[in-house]
Amino acid sequence: MTELEAGRAETLASVRGGAAFQRYRDVLIAVIAFAVLASLPLFTGSKALLDFVIRCSAYGLFATSLNLLVGYTGLTSFGHGMFFGLGAYSFGLIMQKLGLPIPVAFVATLAITAVIAAVIGAICVRLKEIYFAFVTLAFQMLIHSTILSWASFTGGDQGLRGGIPRPAFLGINLANHVHLYIASCALLVLGLLAMRQIAQSPFGYTLRMIRDNAARASFLGIDVWRAKLTVFVLAALFASMGGMVMALFVSGAYPEFAYWTISGEGIFINMLGGVSTFLGPMVGTVLLLLLNDTVTRFTEYHGIVLGVVILFFALGLRKGLLDFVAEWFSHRRDAGEGR
Amino acid sequence: MDLDALAGCLSSSACLVTQTTSGLIIGMLLFLVAVGLTLIFGVLKVVNFSHGAFYMFGAYFAMTAYQLTGSFALAMLAGAAGTALLGLIFERVFMSRVYGADVLMQLLVCYAFVLIFDDVVRIIWGPEFKSMGMPAAFQVMPLFIAGGVVPPYYLLLIGVALVAAIVLGIGLSRSRIGKVIRAAAHNPGMVSALGINTGLIYGGVFALGGMLAGLAGALAAPVRSLTPGMGFSVLIESFIVTVIGGMGSILGALIGALLLGLIRSFGSLGFPLFTEGLMYLFMVIVLVSKPTGLFGKEAA
Repeated sequence: MTELEAGRAETLASVRGGAAFQRYRDVLIAVIAFAVLASLPLFTGSKALLDFVIRCSAYGLFATSLNLLVGYTGLTSFGHGMFFGLGAYSFGLIMQKLGLPIPVAFVATLAITAVIAAVIGAICVRLKEIYFAFVTLAFQMLIHSTILSWASFTGGDQGLRGGIPRPAFLGINLANHVHLYIASCALLVLGLLAMRQIAQSPFGYTLRMIRDNAARASFLGIDVWRAKLTVFVLAALFASMGGMVMALFVSGAYPEFAYWTISGEGIFINMLGGVSTFLGPMVGTVLLLLLNDTVTRFTEYHGIVLGVVILFFALGLRKGLLDFVAEWFSHRRDAGEGR
Repeated sequence: MDLDALAGCLSSSACLVTQTTSGLIIGMLLFLVAVGLTLIFGVLKVVNFSHGAFYMFGAYFAMTAYQLTGSFALAMLAGAAGTALLGLIFERVFMSRVYGADVLMQLLVCYAFVLIFDDVVRIIWGPEFKSMGMPAAFQVMPLFIAGGVVPPYYLLLIGVALVAAIVLGIGLSRSRIGKVIRAAAHNPGMVSALGINTGLIYGGVFALGGMLAGLAGALAAPVRSLTPGMGFSVLIESFIVTVIGGMGSILGALIGALLLGLIRSFGSLGFPLFTEGLMYLFMVIVLVSKPTGLFGKEAA
């Protein structure tokens, strides 16, 4: 071994050590976050607050999974909401028609989503950015119009009504509000942790390289198409999870879950929170839901208010909130180190 | 699914004529919207996600002008000129700030305006369905061609769209302005270095695109019902048209629009509930076999 190689091995080991440390830190943060969220019902009896957190879980999973595509891979999907709707509908239909235990239905829905996402992704990911955005949007509309037209199976424009049965399993009774709340929080935290692991893994860094320079990644022997397809399917799975949380929460599924506005909101959430940090979309989710709840209370024209806020972020800040904060911190640190 | 109805129609000349003309007018309206979209994309390299709003405004402007003046020609003019002005302002004030930014930013600015414009229409004209009514000049006996019923207004609509297509095609390839526009699409830096105001060209192209969409809306106003949000389905369809025809190609937009119109009118017989689904399926098939669209060039 030459001296040069020896030195390299050393840095590699330290990088690995850093990664392990980071993983323990992420798990620790996740455990603390879950503990805080789970203990919330002990302090407050407010049903509205718990409802809010459940909705944040559903949208947060969806928006963060979209960030895997938009922020990490540079795939601007404008139809990601289809997997949210797909998750809600598959889960609801399986529970209503087959009456399987919830965990089985959960896994089955993920499997269905994976298959459909693989087919759609195989067609879409080779397209250039604008085409990709709109072809995903078209697939979203295809799924939406299928839901609308296949009324005998999906309930058409009325949605899946009559409630989704929520039989108890392993002592967890999701018909109980607090149980549902804890389960949503657990899914959110586990989902975020899993996505964080994906983002920080070598695969995650491959995605960043594809985003920055796909041609170079390809020259380095990376199968760009396969990597993009993989992340497309992975992101679809988490979006579908979000949809299932939503279906459990409202005990039904509605065509709006598969409508393009869900995708638009997802993009907007990412913009609002920022795409350069992992938790940006989560912050964006909380902001958007707060904004939506406040605005709808004051005016029926919430499109105008929302539009102006979007314009403020897109044209004024030109980045999301967490991007802004992160940049501010790094500026301050640089200033402190006298750079 | 109702394949018998479709087969029955295909074997009767009366039904064939009726369905074909209705397909043609859907196609022609779509063409006017889509060609604006494709023009804006070709020159400015942005996808105007709020293009449907121009169609909507065109229809509402025409309806108001018609109610005020009672003149059909003035209504068309109001629809086209109003949206052209709107397009110019929209481009100069807002869109020009996000050129060169990533697609996400452009989509967001447009998404914001889709939300804002829909609510603006809701405030000014109200949320309910409106109808402009057929102008008196066209309330005459429909023509009968091979047993099929063809309202005279349809002929006017098809004629106007065809004229627009020809003027655009010749204007872009022959006239001096057309050449400057094509040059600006190819190399804006060089065009601007030659002393031509590219900002003006960009604004002009956007206004032209908006005007075409507005004209489509105005032409559609007598035959369709007006509602806030009416622009979105048209936007999606015209996007499908541009994707099928190839982004930036005028001929492609024409062919794509006509194909889509025919799919819609005949599909509504054979698959009444899945007509929209058919269009998306068609687009997927085209894209899988030719990712750049029927008349699209390989991206440089």
